[in-house]
Amino acid sequence: MELAKNMLTILLSAILVDNFVLSKFLGICPFLGVSKKLDSALAMSAAVIFVMVMATAATWPIYHYLLLPNYGYMQTVAFILIIAALVQLVEVVMKRFVPALHRALGVYLPLITTNCAVLGVTVLNIDEAYGFGESLVNALGAGLGFMLAMVLFAGVRSRLEAADVPESYQGLPITLTAAAIVSLSFMGFSGIVEGIFK
Amino acid sequence: MAEKKMSNLQVLLNGLIRENPILVLVLGTCPFLATTTTASNAFGMGLSVTAVLLGSNVVISLLKKVIPNTVRIPCYIVIIASFVTVVSFVLEAYQRDIFQSLGIFLPLITVNCIILGRAEMFANKNTVAASACDAIGMGLGFTGALLVMSSIREIIGNGTWMGINLTADLIEPMAILKMAPGGFFVFGLLIAIVNKFSSKKPAKKVGCAGCPMASACGHEGEKKEGECK
Repeated sequence: MELAKNMLTILLSAILVDNFVLSKFLGICPFLGVSKKLDSALAMSAAVIFVMVMATAATWPIYHYLLLPNYGYMQTVAFILIIAALVQLVEVVMKRFVPALHRALGVYLPLITTNCAVLGVTVLNIDEAYGFGESLVNALGAGLGFMLAMVLFAGVRSRLEAADVPESYQGLPITLTAAAIVSLSFMGFSGIVEGIFK
Repeated sequence: MAEKKMSNLQVLLNGLIRENPILVLVLGTCPFLATTTTASNAFGMGLSVTAVLLGSNVVISLLKKVIPNTVRIPCYIVIIASFVTVVSFVLEAYQRDIFQSLGIFLPLITVNCIILGRAEMFANKNTVAASACDAIGMGLGFTGALLVMSSIREIIGNGTWMGINLTADLIEPMAILKMAPGGFFVFGLLIAIVNKFSSKKPAKKVGCAGCPMASACGHEGEKKEGECK
């Protein structure tokens, strides 16, 4: 029971309170770049969830059993290489065995290597001293939070298309201002997780 | 780079103003939003990025004949990650406060679009001296943009600048500017101001589409689908 409560707290905090995009500012590039259409936003976030969980499953044991004893300082170099290799591997395997999924997610996979949210979640799991299970849940929550933000924002942006925006505000500025309002609404979630489990 | 033969000084000034990485090219937005809550944080971040950029640009332009073209991106990433490790150890040893407040965004310099972008766009086809000038120009352009943004957010949001009390006693600080929504809002405002006063049309490129790495990181596949315009 205690374990389930702990896991649920981590999951909900990662999705709502510490949303990766809207409160931690990780993964802003895909958030602004791929959120124009709902279906591409969904595909991109599905790929991110997948890679985040896989990357955590790969980096956590490697850090704790290989790097920590002697080579803790290699963390950044090792993690980015693991993520890059993993993304390549996943792409090859997916192309061979699940071509339908590869067609849906394929173009987003290489993009994810340099997505700071993925490296971010693996480094955060180490910094927060999470166990293996907690790390996986945190990665899943971070990915789901990313998806929630992307989907909500895709909706906001489809409304923005029809809006009459002053010339100098067209494009990125109005998108960022809209992101500010979405982020403001997410601040309403602060404290909700503590409240649920009181 | 349209102009092939720019003097080193021009290269330096180019990064500082005309192709400012943040306000014109819109690269490296994550650390830009996250570390501009106070001016001293922003200054630390800007200088760290400049140092990493200088190191990686110089090494990559030295090795441009050695690195095979097909595996250049992994090579660049390893070089960049090594410099990031060096810089974060230096900060940890001598500037612990800044090291702690930058936190996760120090290792994340590795995946900063600006650094990989400059390696791909500039350092692998130019001389060492020109690459160093480009790194300094781009780095200082980034630092300058960080300082402008963080000054706005810290003065209005906290009433201080670099920790010095300015208006905190006179006007009630608007704490929202220090939080996440304020970051997005001030960034949008800054780009709108740049658009207003620059002769060019408003930047149509958003996020990954504006990233010079787009072709290398699989963005070409997206362009075919007509997304991410």
